[in-house]
Amino acid sequence: MSLWEHANPKKFMSLSGFILPYISTLSMILLSWGLLWGFFFTPDEVRQGSTVKIIYLHVPTGLLAINGWFVMLVGSLIWLIRRHHVSALIAKATAPVGLIMTIIAILTGAIWGQPMWGTFWAWDPRLTSFLILFLFYLGYISLWKTIQNPEKAADLTSLLCIVGTVFAILSRYAVNFWNQGLHQGASLSLDKTENISNTFYIPLLISIAGFLTLFLTLVLIKTRTEIRLRRLSNLHLIESRS
Amino acid sequence: MPDLGKYTETVLGAYGISISIIVLFVLWTARRARIVKQELKKLEARSQNKN
Repeated sequence: MSLWEHANPKKFMSLSGFILPYISTLSMILLSWGLLWGFFFTPDEVRQGSTVKIIYLHVPTGLLAINGWFVMLVGSLIWLIRRHHVSALIAKATAPVGLIMTIIAILTGAIWGQPMWGTFWAWDPRLTSFLILFLFYLGYISLWKTIQNPEKAADLTSLLCIVGTVFAILSRYAVNFWNQGLHQGASLSLDKTENISNTFYIPLLISIAGFLTLFLTLVLIKTRTEIRLRRLSNLHLIESRS
Repeated sequence: MPDLGKYTETVLGAYGISISIIVLFVLWTARRARIVKQELKKLEARSQNKN
């Protein structure tokens, strides 16, 4: 079976309906496990004290804010090239979830920053890129709502998504491009020697898995809702014509 | 409750705000999904009755 068969709304609804109970249960288990372990059973860090516990919220949501945009990018490119409506709807459904992750990352970062850096905010390359990414999320969602014609909306939002990808990339790599700013480098790396200590690393990985499965659950639910809304709109159109 | 020391408000504030946002968003998403599903069911039933 080709992957493109799931571009068919009926097939997508069938597969997503099957997956949803499992992935939502998994997200509840992993999220609870990661956050409870991180909050209750990890020690304070030497320099950061108990504020290190914010890492279990801040890092996963930051990662998903950036990677959510890449999910939208893939959906948008598939729409532009193959004109599969389901891919455009996946991109549309992902945006609010990505926006929420961005908001939580910014807020937890600000709350964490105050005791550590003495400020809630700094015009640091990474933070600034992240703020612009937040504005792009808002713009993307607004553009979908503004344009009545769904195909035109999908085209224009896809182009906006491509442009906004620059800031998703900058949010991740700004620390490498500009060797300045308050925000530290990556907490996670494929190079084990660069990682934070295992005491924090393992619950952080579980937390990331929890947030990732939550992200997938919400995107699936919202995509299913968008497909139903499209069907509703078509039925209303048929009713009004008859 | 672990001893969070002088950062108690900071850490609890971060967790409180984040979990509240997540819970509210999940509830809103689920509610909207349920409403749209019910609306579609009604309209499809109406279309079938007409046919």
